[in-house]
Amino acid sequence: MPEISRDEVAHLATLARIELSEEELDHLAPQLSVILDSVASIAGVAGDDVPPTSHPMPLTNVFRDDVVEPCLTPEEALAGAPEQQDQRFAVPRILGDEQ
Amino acid sequence: MSDLIRRTAAEMADALAKGETTSVELTRAHLDRIAEVDGALHAFLHVDAEGALEAARAADERRATGSPASPLDGVPIAVKDVLTTRGMPTTCGSRILEGWVPPYDATVVRRLREAGLPILGKTNMDEFAMGSSTEHSAYGPTRNPWDLERIPGGSGGGSAAAVAAYEAPIALGTDTGGSIRQPGAVTGTVGMKPTYGGVSRYGLVALANSLDQVGPVTRTVRDAALLHSVIGGHDPKDSTSLAEPVPDVLAAVEQGATGDLSGLRIGVVTELGGYGYQGGVLERFKESVDLLVQAGADVVEVSCPHFVHALATYYLILPAEASSNLARFDAMRYGLRVLPEGVEAPSAEEVMRATREAGFGDEVKRRIILGTYALSSGYYDAYYGQAQKMRTLISRDFENAFAQADVLVSPTAPTTAFPIGEKVDDPLAMYLNDLATIPANLSGVPGISVPSGLAHEDDLPAGFQVLAPPLKDDRCYRVGAALEARLHEKWGGSLLDRAPDVKVVTR
Repeated sequence: MPEISRDEVAHLATLARIELSEEELDHLAPQLSVILDSVASIAGVAGDDVPPTSHPMPLTNVFRDDVVEPCLTPEEALAGAPEQQDQRFAVPRILGDEQ
Repeated sequence: MSDLIRRTAAEMADALAKGETTSVELTRAHLDRIAEVDGALHAFLHVDAEGALEAARAADERRATGSPASPLDGVPIAVKDVLTTRGMPTTCGSRILEGWVPPYDATVVRRLREAGLPILGKTNMDEFAMGSSTEHSAYGPTRNPWDLERIPGGSGGGSAAAVAAYEAPIALGTDTGGSIRQPGAVTGTVGMKPTYGGVSRYGLVALANSLDQVGPVTRTVRDAALLHSVIGGHDPKDSTSLAEPVPDVLAAVEQGATGDLSGLRIGVVTELGGYGYQGGVLERFKESVDLLVQAGADVVEVSCPHFVHALATYYLILPAEASSNLARFDAMRYGLRVLPEGVEAPSAEEVMRATREAGFGDEVKRRIILGTYALSSGYYDAYYGQAQKMRTLISRDFENAFAQADVLVSPTAPTTAFPIGEKVDDPLAMYLNDLATIPANLSGVPGISVPSGLAHEDDLPAGFQVLAPPLKDDRCYRVGAALEARLHEKWGGSLLDRAPDVKVVTR
C-alpha cells in the first residue's frame, strides 16, 4: 500500500479546504501513514462477487406527500449567518482575478 | 447529596405521579447537583436552568390536573451537544460552532419536550463525536466520576458522566461506533444503541450518516426502555427512518427482570474477546455469562470471522462520510468565519480554508483528510469500495450468527477507563477502544451495554454488551434486564452505589 507523503497530505488538505501549518503537516503526515497502513489490511479480503453495502437498512425512493409544511422563516435561516445583507447570506468574493 | 436524585427515572416518575415530589423540586435538585460537582467533572457545556424550571412548572401543572403528557412527564434529562436544540447553543464540542443557536429542534428533542421532560442542558463530547475519551472536545475534557484523572469514554462522555454522577437521571447520547455503549461501560452506566433507523436522526449533526444513531444513556435498563419509548419511531423528516413500530421494550424489561431466560440462545462471539482485552474485564464478562446460564439461557460459541476487519472497515467508511458531511462547515451560512491574515479581499475559498484551520481540532482534521484520501480517484476502489464490500461480509457474519443464537454477547470495551492524556495523540491506540462496538454500527443492529462489575486490576467499571438482530431491540432489553437483576442481587444494590462521591474526591 502506498505511503502517504507530506506533499500528498498538503494536497488533500487543499482539496478538503483546510489550511495546514508546516508544524501540522509534520505532525499529521506520519500519523496518517500509520492509520492508512493499518486500514490497508482489508485489501483483497472481499472477492469481486461481494456486493457493496452503503447503508445498513436499504431503503429506496423515500418520498413524502407533496404538500406545503411549515419551515424556517428567512430571519431564522439567517440567524446564524456570519454576515447577511438584504435578507441573504453575504459571502466573500467567489471568483478570482483570473476568472 | 439529596436522596431524590439517586432514584431511578422510573422511581422519579412514580413519585411525581403520586404527588410525593414535583418536577420543579426534582429539576432544582439536579441543577444544585450540577452546580456542586460539574466544576470537577465538566460534563456540561451549557446549563439551561431557566428553561428547565419553566418546563418543570408546566409539567407540574399538567400533573396537577391529572393530564401528564407521558409517563416521564417532569423527569429532567440532559442532551448530548450534537443534537440541535432551539434556543440553546449546539456546538458539537467544536470551535467552529461556538455560540451557534439552532433555529430548530432535532426530532428527538421535540419528542422530549412534547413528553414533558425538562432539558437541564447540553453535554460535552469529542468534537463532532470523533473519539472515545471526550478529550477531543474543544472545550476541555470531561472527567470520569469514578476517578477524576481518567476518561469517561467517548464520544458521549458528558452524558455518561452526568448520569453516573447524578447530575441527570437520564440523558440522550449518539452512537456511531460505540459512543453510547463504551462510555456506559467505563462509567458503570447503561447505554443503548437502537437499530439503525429506529430513532430519528433529524437534527442530529451528522458524523457518519450511515452509522449514527441516537439512544438512551441511563442508570438502569428500565429507564433506558422508558426513554427509548419516548424517542423511538418513524419520522418523515428522516429519509432513513424505518416505518416500523417501536418494539415493546418495556414489556421486554418486565420479562427480563423476572431473571428467567429459559430457552434463550446466547452466542459468545469468538472474535470479540481474548487478545487486547484486559483480564479483569474478561473475568467480569465470564461471570455475567455464567449468571445468564443460571437464568436458564443456553450458551453457544459463534464465530464472526470478518469482525477482525471491522475496525479497518470503520476507519475507511467513517472518515469518508465525515469528510463529506463536514463540508457543510464552510463559513458562509452559520458558525465561525475567520479571515486569513495578510490577505486583502480574500476569496470564499481562502476564508473557508482559514476558518476550517482555526475551527477544527486535530482529530477532525485527521479524519477529514483520511476520508478525502479514501474517496479520491485512484484510491476509491482500493479503500472505500473494499470497505463497502467488507460491510456486506460483516452483515453476513451477523446473519449466520443470529441463525445460531437469539442474541450475541461480548465485553463492551476491551479495557476500563484509562488515564486522561494517555492515548490522546496516538490515534490507533484510541481507535482500539471501539473494537467490540463497531460491528453493530456497520450492520445497523441494536446493542446495549450493561454494567458487569469492577475489574480486579483497578476497581473500575466494565460493561457487558448484548447485540440483537435488526428491529429486535426488545431482546437487548430482556437480556440486559435479566443480567442487571441477577447482578444487583449478587451485589446487594447497583454498581454505582460503590462509586466514590464526586464531591469527596474533588481536589
